[in-house]
Amino acid sequence: MRTILYLLQKEFLQIFRNKAMLPIITVMPIVQLLILSFAANYEIKNMNIAIVDQDLSPYSKRLSQKMVASGYFRLAYQSMNADEAYEELASDRADLVMVIPRHFERDLIKHDESSIQLLVNAINGTKAGLANGYANVIIQQFNNEIRTEWFALDPKDGPAHFEITFSNWYNQGMNYRIFMVPGLLVVLVTMIGAFLSGMNIVKEKEIGTIEQLNVTPIRKSHFIIGKLLPFWLIGLLEMAVGLMVGKIVFDIPFLGSIGLLFLFSGIYLWVMLGLGLLISTFTETQQQAMFISWFFMVIFILMSGLFTPIESMPGWAQKMTLFNPLMYFVKVIRMVLLKGSGWAQVQWFFGVMVLFAIAMNTVAVLNYRKTV
Amino acid sequence: MNPIVVQHISKQYKSVEALKDISFEVKAGELFGLIGPDGAGKTTLFRVLTTLLLADTGKAFVNGRDVVKDYKLIRREVGYMPGRFSLYQDLTVEENLKFFATIFNTSIKENYDLIRDIYVQIEPFKKRPAGKLSGGMKQKLALCCALVHKPEVLFLDEPTTGVDPVSRKEFWEMLQRLKSKGIAILVSTPYMDEANLCDQVALMQNGQLLQINTPKGVVDSFAQPMWAIRADNMYQLISTARAFEDTQSCYAFGDSLHITLTNGTAQEEALATYLKEKNPGLTMERIQPGIEDCFMYLMKN
Repeated sequence: MRTILYLLQKEFLQIFRNKAMLPIITVMPIVQLLILSFAANYEIKNMNIAIVDQDLSPYSKRLSQKMVASGYFRLAYQSMNADEAYEELASDRADLVMVIPRHFERDLIKHDESSIQLLVNAINGTKAGLANGYANVIIQQFNNEIRTEWFALDPKDGPAHFEITFSNWYNQGMNYRIFMVPGLLVVLVTMIGAFLSGMNIVKEKEIGTIEQLNVTPIRKSHFIIGKLLPFWLIGLLEMAVGLMVGKIVFDIPFLGSIGLLFLFSGIYLWVMLGLGLLISTFTETQQQAMFISWFFMVIFILMSGLFTPIESMPGWAQKMTLFNPLMYFVKVIRMVLLKGSGWAQVQWFFGVMVLFAIAMNTVAVLNYRKTV
Repeated sequence: MNPIVVQHISKQYKSVEALKDISFEVKAGELFGLIGPDGAGKTTLFRVLTTLLLADTGKAFVNGRDVVKDYKLIRREVGYMPGRFSLYQDLTVEENLKFFATIFNTSIKENYDLIRDIYVQIEPFKKRPAGKLSGGMKQKLALCCALVHKPEVLFLDEPTTGVDPVSRKEFWEMLQRLKSKGIAILVSTPYMDEANLCDQVALMQNGQLLQINTPKGVVDSFAQPMWAIRADNMYQLISTARAFEDTQSCYAFGDSLHITLTNGTAQEEALATYLKEKNPGLTMERIQPGIEDCFMYLMKN
């Protein structure tokens, strides 16, 4: 026990004496949380639209106005020449082009039918999808409006139709940050767990102290606990700081039990620390450890459902995410914070995480040798 | 049983035979020197004896315990100073020492008398990070850390490499004092002049021990007459001396050349006249070979 305490004391002494480590632990997470939360935003507004109105009729003007007034589009260009508008699209000054052909109004009234051309720059698929979606909804609304007018009816007395109303549960205002901040917190905690712990152990190899340590009666278990426990504590501290920043700056809801969340974080951190330990057993330098951690980290983060929904991944990838601890944590933290899920809803994830922790640490400890 | 007993140890790294059938013993209170160039296998031997590496064949006992079976006990009872500085550079002198005392379940106070002589020299810098010490100071601290748990056997892998001559001398004086306390010390060094300071020396080359003897024994076993020669142009001297048909060995040693002949003193006159012709300012004198000459000779053959 005395040995472990002294090992812990020594670890913390070294961590706090390290000029690079302290900012990494304190400043970096907060800055990262602030920057990423503001930047990783999928709400797309102010897309540039080029409108080619070749009809110049009251209806075509009304449609153009409706587009721009929606708030999603900003009029970047307007003319009667379609070719010039395409040029705008090609040179990236416009995100979409709407072409209203000649006789738009006439055809609409006479034949009860008319067409509009929409050209969307689809290099960024998400943005293109949204632009197309918004534009379609606006055109649809326009269509409904004029038809009601023709009947000169109050919209409420119009022909039989049904209207869909909806409510966004768990995130009323569809606030993107409320969705992202908990996920980003997971990334931060993961960094501490897998990156720093692994690098710290490999550092002993790199500077040669491990050779001296190995010829001492120090127990393997003591050494490992002494190495991992500090980062476990720092990880939980990071979690607490991150939650506070989330609450104060982004006003994320705390619907569920914070205790439950910390319990899960604690188990999750053991998984990540185990990964760090495992990486440290087969690397010789901090650089190697970092690159391997990075490799895992990128896969874990991209396949965690943090940025892209898992449901939209191909089947094999969805199966792979079952082995991604990050996926579970992202899920649990969102469930607990945003939905207020309790033990009953997350117990399955707890079970999986405990299994991960046991498996990862067993492999890592077995792989760790006190010899050269 | 002697504190260190090595019996027919061999170790192979892929295609390199690092240790070939090594056997020797070190008595209590004996300073045993392992002399050899880089790559001779000294560090591998240390790693086998400090239980960090398993030998392929052979047996070794440290403090009467088998290095394979009783490795845990050995790790308690030996002090080891690796060839590379292996303390925490970001911890202070005092913190390093305290750290090693604690993991051996002891305290600095408990064994202070053993390290006092050495520690007083670094005590003025006890608040300084170990990484900011000079080379000699680092080695003294490392020695303190290896001694803080009062080991029965001390393994020092090239403790004086990269250390200035004054610190080297001081370091060896410390070892002499430790030896008198009954600790068996195995020390390796690439510096042949340090061999004289050991009780027993073993010359190591390419994984083999060439000779195990006392420093005096090594010199006595060297039966060759030897001359030191000097001339105005040393470069020309070495090429002409080596070209002489009876020259057995000739190498630069300090500011002169040491030369031996194939059949003892028989050709001494012939050599002198041969060299005088080509080398102005030649001096030639018969000398008593030192231990370094013996090693040079042994390593050549």
